[in-house]
Amino acid sequence: MESSFDKNALFANLNDIFLDLLPESLSWMAYLGTGLTIILIMVNAVLMLTAFGTYMERRVLGRFQTRLGPNRVGPFGLLQPLADLLKLITKEDLRPESADKITFFLAPVLMVTSMLVVVAVVPFGKDSFLADLNIGVLYLVGIPTIATVSMFLGGWGSGNRFALLGAARAVAMLISYEVPMIVSLAGILILAGSMSLVDVVQAQQIPFILLQPIAFFVFLVSASAEMNRSPFDLMEAESELTAGFHTEFSGMRFGLLQLAEFGEVVVTSAILATLFLRGWENPFIPADWQQVLPPQLWLIGKMLFFMLIFTWIRATLPRMRIDQVMAFAWKVLFPLALINMFVTAALVVAWPDPTYTQLWIMVGVNWAVAIGCLTGYTLSRGRHRQKPTESVRLVQIPAEVN
Amino acid sequence: MPFGLGIAKGMMVTLRNLARKPVTVQYPEQRVTQNPRFRGEDFVWYEERCTGCASCAKYCPQGIIKIVTSPSGEQTQEGEKYKLETFDIEIARCMFCGLCVEACPYDALHMGTGFERAMPRKSDLVITVDELRASAKRPSTWFRPQLQDRGYDPASGEEVSWQDAGREATVAPTYDDMLKRWVEKR
Repeated sequence: MESSFDKNALFANLNDIFLDLLPESLSWMAYLGTGLTIILIMVNAVLMLTAFGTYMERRVLGRFQTRLGPNRVGPFGLLQPLADLLKLITKEDLRPESADKITFFLAPVLMVTSMLVVVAVVPFGKDSFLADLNIGVLYLVGIPTIATVSMFLGGWGSGNRFALLGAARAVAMLISYEVPMIVSLAGILILAGSMSLVDVVQAQQIPFILLQPIAFFVFLVSASAEMNRSPFDLMEAESELTAGFHTEFSGMRFGLLQLAEFGEVVVTSAILATLFLRGWENPFIPADWQQVLPPQLWLIGKMLFFMLIFTWIRATLPRMRIDQVMAFAWKVLFPLALINMFVTAALVVAWPDPTYTQLWIMVGVNWAVAIGCLTGYTLSRGRHRQKPTESVRLVQIPAEVN
Repeated sequence: MPFGLGIAKGMMVTLRNLARKPVTVQYPEQRVTQNPRFRGEDFVWYEERCTGCASCAKYCPQGIIKIVTSPSGEQTQEGEKYKLETFDIEIARCMFCGLCVEACPYDALHMGTGFERAMPRKSDLVITVDELRASAKRPSTWFRPQLQDRGYDPASGEEVSWQDAGREATVAPTYDDMLKRWVEKR
């Protein structure tokens, strides 16, 4: 048990403190206390970041639409998340007559849990993390899938046809987008040679956002589909389905669902920063740059950057149709991810232990492949040749009709 | 056009909007300039000009003006004026068409300039005669061209006395004018 926490300095230090405090006979409690303390810190950090994320998202979204956003509660409206929370807590908690008691209760809880549990493997620094799993990336793609189950539980348990339709859409979409997401991660794993997130961060001599542009694009798109955010928010399309699977939820249950939705943005930003932007280290190109900030702040800064990008996407893109969403997953993202995986694999076979120069050649090849894919896709669509008038055909009306 | 360029263009549009100044007006602290012809909820009523003819009550499409008069006023000997016992305007149902103001033959009733009469109960939304007497005389220039011609702006805070509110105050006809109008035209 001790060996897996050897390199976790955060754990070791806290464990020492607890061992000093506790009598000899209760030393087993030090282990428990340390784990619970780190969990407490992590969960609270994520929840605070989520609260700040909702505030930031609303302010920035307001500025994207040339308005101000919430600015009344507290200085600059910073207490707005607290006001929202108070409002949601004081609201009546309704459960429809036709709802299934167990699933209706379980859905929000499962959703928030699956969101929070993911953070366990995200390293906040070289020696500060909750757990350094040797299958960290598998954990990352596996655990958020519970959210899909909870969505279906909520939609089905509500006893509402809108909720069921939204849940069905969500499940169809999320399962489709799991595939390109996982395949896009394969390229990174090939380069890093390990599934542990700490190793993935330390393997990034050049940030993977440069080395794996296609994987980044595919992962960004699939992640925003996984989070059910615009332009993939058709499971809660207001104009068609009232609110999707959380139509019947009210009060703090609804609050939990919203928390999970915004929390997933924070968590996904953390994952993106870890996998593609060198996690806790500085994101600049000379890797031996002086550390300007503490590693935790670097990670949080990168998370805020990705949260801003997700807000930007939400402010711009309109909602897609369900057939477009499915076609995009299977016809565009999945082949792209496959191409990326094969190209990366070929490069790694060519240079099993790449030097710095060879890494830069890899960057060049990968970007060339990305641009080639874009051009090829454009040519295959034939948009550049077709003029709008050519698609209009004159139809000769037979004389006997008149 | 390469695939994805449209999305890139759209993203740039929103990014440009991010750099723009917000158009929001922070209402209680900042206010937009109000048009002088704005039809506000607080009616301006000049008791000195009113004869109690109740034309406004008759013309009101909603029937929300209630007028009770008594012949106990100062000039009732000449048959000119009635004293107003009640002049209730039930503002909750008012639709601000301004027909009462158009109907007033003596320019005694004017639209107001306010818009902040939120009340907890609907029954409170009645302007009584005492309130009409006491309220500040800042009429809107709607249907009152004489006020507009004078360059009067209710937003300036200037009050209009009852002598100045009427049409004759600006276009006072001289004896020659009256001759022209009544004698020479025939």
